[in-house]
Amino acid sequence: MKDKIFDYVEKDNVIYNLSGLSKLICFICMTSAVMYSYDIRFVVCVMVISLGFFRLAEIKLSQIKMMLIYVLIFLGMNFVLTFLFNPTYGTEIYGTTHELFRINSRFIVTAEQLVYQITKTSKYASVVPLGMIFLLTTNPSEFAASLNRVGISYKGTYAVSLTLRYFPDTARDYNDIALAQQSRGLDLSKKEKLGTRIKNVINICVPLIFGTLDRIEMITNAMDLRGFGKHKKRTWYVAKTLKRNDYIAIAFSVVILAAALVLGMAVNGSRFWNPFV
Amino acid sequence: MKKMFAISTKTIVATGLGAALFTLLFMFVKVPTGVPEVSLQTAYAVGGFFAALFGPIAGGLIAFIGHLLSDAVQYGSPWMSWVIASGVACFITGLCHVKLNVEEGIFTVKDAVIYNVFQIIGNVVAWIIVAPVLDIVIYAEPKELVFTQGVAACIPNAITMAIFGTLLLFIYSKTRAKKGSLTQED
Repeated sequence: MKDKIFDYVEKDNVIYNLSGLSKLICFICMTSAVMYSYDIRFVVCVMVISLGFFRLAEIKLSQIKMMLIYVLIFLGMNFVLTFLFNPTYGTEIYGTTHELFRINSRFIVTAEQLVYQITKTSKYASVVPLGMIFLLTTNPSEFAASLNRVGISYKGTYAVSLTLRYFPDTARDYNDIALAQQSRGLDLSKKEKLGTRIKNVINICVPLIFGTLDRIEMITNAMDLRGFGKHKKRTWYVAKTLKRNDYIAIAFSVVILAAALVLGMAVNGSRFWNPFV
Repeated sequence: MKKMFAISTKTIVATGLGAALFTLLFMFVKVPTGVPEVSLQTAYAVGGFFAALFGPIAGGLIAFIGHLLSDAVQYGSPWMSWVIASGVACFITGLCHVKLNVEEGIFTVKDAVIYNVFQIIGNVVAWIIVAPVLDIVIYAEPKELVFTQGVAACIPNAITMAIFGTLLLFIYSKTRAKKGSLTQED
């Protein structure tokens, strides 16, 4: 499973054919819009739209099963913790109290708290499909090219592309070392005492890290010999030119971001939509 | 004289491969401490170690990119406030880079203290100031919750960087030949 994480499989559909640049801009615009807005009507709209894109991208459920489980656990924990730590936060935000029922004198369930927490959970939930689409449908090499085109220095984006390139290698090295050490009787599970466990983790990490240091030396030399970093700009072999669909997608996401800002500043007067006034 | 913020090819490559290592360890190599839901993230030790070797830019970017990618892969979308906090922690740790000479095989007790002072300042700033404040600004989370979470993240991360990070620096210094370690025979 570890090797398949940045496993990019080419497909031919609308979302895959968009350039990495426009997908990155759409992702940034739409997530910022959802992050900014606490209006549940708007958030649900974006959620529906992003699920629509999800269908368009033809992502299989098996590809995202692990992610979904993590996300659900995270959302559930956040929901419970928010209530435990601050059961009256909704009242603080909306300024009114509509009591539904009380568990004891501290934990009073109010309609305000419910609206706040449901809004928050759907905010997070609506961003997740966007992230998954971006991650699964973008060619890693093209991703670096598109980062460079939104204005990040190519030296920085080259680091990102090296990360994506060497992650599978590092994962394989880790597996090899861990298996070799385990065959010599190293135990990493909870059965060992903490001190021994720390020692065992070090026994795996040290060869891995020092192997990486050697590799850094090698790649640096190779890149230096080819004159990396000599000029202020570079071109990208995998960069796609923008087509009609790209402009439509970018315009669409900018409209959504603008809608969030207008809704927050002009219509609702704050980031929160208050149904209680 | 070492420059604090110089970006050479080596810094870039170290950032790239360091971030790959960080991502991997962040997702798969955690040492359970026995306290439920609290584990030692070995990734931060790598972040601190690389920061001390290659400077604050590499350190900060390694933690930032590494945390961003592993969040994106695990949860579909990154939790930005904590991703930034990770970067800040390793960036501040990296400021000790100019004071150390680990590449030349020197890592004394004094050096270990310097590294740990920077590391602890970095973790405190990142997890008790940056992460909760950004949580409130970006995500409008309740105050009590985010500060408790911040403290709960700060302590194990600082311990990880102290134990594993110092050990890695020590072992690394042993693998390097000291300056002037060769003498000419008569």
